[in-house]
Amino acid sequence: MGGISLEKVSEHYTDLLRELGNIGAGNAMTALSQMLQCKVDMKVPQVKLLEFSEVGELMGGEEQIMVGVYLGVEGDISGSMMFLVEQASAKHLINKIMMGMAPEGEEFTEMELSAMKEIGNIITGAYLNSLSTLTNLKIFPTPPELTVDMAGAILSVPAIQFGIIGDNILLIQSQFYDEVKIDGYFILIPELESYAKILSSLGMPVM
Amino acid sequence: MSEIIKVGMADLKTCVSPNGVTTLGLGSCVGIALRDPVTKIGGMAHIMLPDSTMIRNSQQNIAKFADTGIEELVNQMERLGAKRSRLEAKIAGGATMFKFSSSSDTVMVGERNVEATKKKLSQLRIPILAEDTGANYGRTVTYFPETGEFFIRAVGRAEKVI
Repeated sequence: MGGISLEKVSEHYTDLLRELGNIGAGNAMTALSQMLQCKVDMKVPQVKLLEFSEVGELMGGEEQIMVGVYLGVEGDISGSMMFLVEQASAKHLINKIMMGMAPEGEEFTEMELSAMKEIGNIITGAYLNSLSTLTNLKIFPTPPELTVDMAGAILSVPAIQFGIIGDNILLIQSQFYDEVKIDGYFILIPELESYAKILSSLGMPVM
Repeated sequence: MSEIIKVGMADLKTCVSPNGVTTLGLGSCVGIALRDPVTKIGGMAHIMLPDSTMIRNSQQNIAKFADTGIEELVNQMERLGAKRSRLEAKIAGGATMFKFSSSSDTVMVGERNVEATKKKLSQLRIPILAEDTGANYGRTVTYFPETGEFFIRAVGRAEKVI
């Protein structure tokens, strides 16, 4: 287990990670669909190992305004998780959940932010729940925090956590749709030791 | 025409006037802008972590850390003809993007990045002429070694120059 690194994890287990992302995001979408009372589709998630300099470009540039919901992960594994959604998509989601009562305009009101936090809470909860069922590991989310800011600034938080262990960031990207395309991204950031736990709980040999 | 050179996350770049350097969407990272006001040679480092010596495997990108990143930027500027004794600095970033009740190391990393940056600059005897650090929002910064002007943009705020 001493030799485990993100590079090795992503090299040997891309399919497995994609499948985890698929199941997690699939459950998150089901939760979202129930909440919105409409059909939500998703694309096959992509697993990406990126250098820090590439991260900003991934989501429409470092200055793209995004809503980020961030929470800690505790229990048998530790780490954190982030759900990011582009500003207009967030507006769309909030408006739907508020039955079209959300005020117009670019800015988010307190009530909208709190609705968005709840959406983030429910879908990340569903994501982690399915992961927990699959691996038989106890996984608990901490209460979420939310911010609206530039993608680069929001992503600096998970990037720094990856920076402690290496020069790359590993993320699982999911895109989903209802009538409109919603650009949403999940970033699961287990600590390196937790990767080993997740892999071995799934019966994978760990390097 | 002048060109503005982009510095990525965990990256550093030098420039010569009239060119400038920019880094987009600084969050908890810190952007360190340096210039030699005589030769007008400048540069910027975008660091993510305070201290290279606290990391287990030190195989890594030196631009990532405050201590090694600033050192490397100064070295590269010297190679272009800047004089270390004349260098001056402006810094920005080090925000706390999410406020958690727990105050673990990773949560406070913005503040620690700013502290480590100041410590390294003071070791190198490079004065900090201005700073815009801390708070809870991201910043885009652009620096011109011609004038030493450091432009800071943030979402929902007026642009400022320090």
